[in-house]
Amino acid sequence: MKELSLNILDVAENSVKAKASRIQISLQETQETLTLIIADNGCGMKPDILAGVIDPFYTTRTTRKVGLGVPLLKMAAEQTGGEMRIESYHESDYPDRHGTVVTAVFYKNHIDFTPLGDVISTVTTLIQGSPEIDFVFSHTSDTLDVSLNTEEMREILGEEVPLNTPEVLQWIAESLREQYGNLL
Amino acid sequence: MKSLAELAAIREKMKDKIVLREGTNDIRIVVGMATCGIAAGARPVLSAFVEGVSREGLGDQVTVSQTGCIGICQYEPVVEVYQPGKEKVTYVKMTAEKAEKVLAEHIKGGKVVAEYTYPAKNA
Repeated sequence: MKELSLNILDVAENSVKAKASRIQISLQETQETLTLIIADNGCGMKPDILAGVIDPFYTTRTTRKVGLGVPLLKMAAEQTGGEMRIESYHESDYPDRHGTVVTAVFYKNHIDFTPLGDVISTVTTLIQGSPEIDFVFSHTSDTLDVSLNTEEMREILGEEVPLNTPEVLQWIAESLREQYGNLL
Repeated sequence: MKSLAELAAIREKMKDKIVLREGTNDIRIVVGMATCGIAAGARPVLSAFVEGVSREGLGDQVTVSQTGCIGICQYEPVVEVYQPGKEKVTYVKMTAEKAEKVLAEHIKGGKVVAEYTYPAKNA
């Protein structure tokens, strides 16, 4: 992947497929590290399935037997000296708090750090594709405090205006662009 | 700073439009957004279609949606156009620029951009 934001888009699609109603994407930066957390309240995975997802030859698809989303994110983190881990709670074992949390830590100053890229497009693309899901996005550092919560937006828009209405998607992109200012 | 009040204004503006939109979408543009599509550049292609449809005021007749892997990863980004009564058109190796041409000539003009299509008949 040319940009980390594309890995985020790809891995967040797994949360969509896990039938999550809420997906939280958070980026936290320090001087040296970028920590990405993608947390969902989807169906979760049992330990045996979880053990398989970091293997590039694991996928839920039945047409072919290769799934590369999670392994690509893991590689992007590890090539900077960082790491990726996944915790998951399957709905049959954890009926009240099921879901999956993917955490990846990147060392930003490493030569193999993939730039974050157009994370705003990743957020708008996710919302365009799954307007019924609530997305909670945040990006924080010493100089940044960017956030977007579709739950708040939905309260104002009501049920009759879906989040993938072009005017709403445009508002989301402009809101994020303003919050990033010239720091993106 | 964008205010949430602007969203309330969008809601007001959309009130009259919503009834019209129900059931009138007859063209469906579907962009493959699995790992293969995303890695090959599907995100800007999807954005080009979403923004183009909105800009051209085609929202009442055209829906843009996302799907998983279509099965021809080497031809990604792949875009499929469905229209009632017509054969599905599959565009391959798409870019944002090609998306603009498909919007203008096929979606608006009704003429398939043959040079971007998947050579299904020879496959």
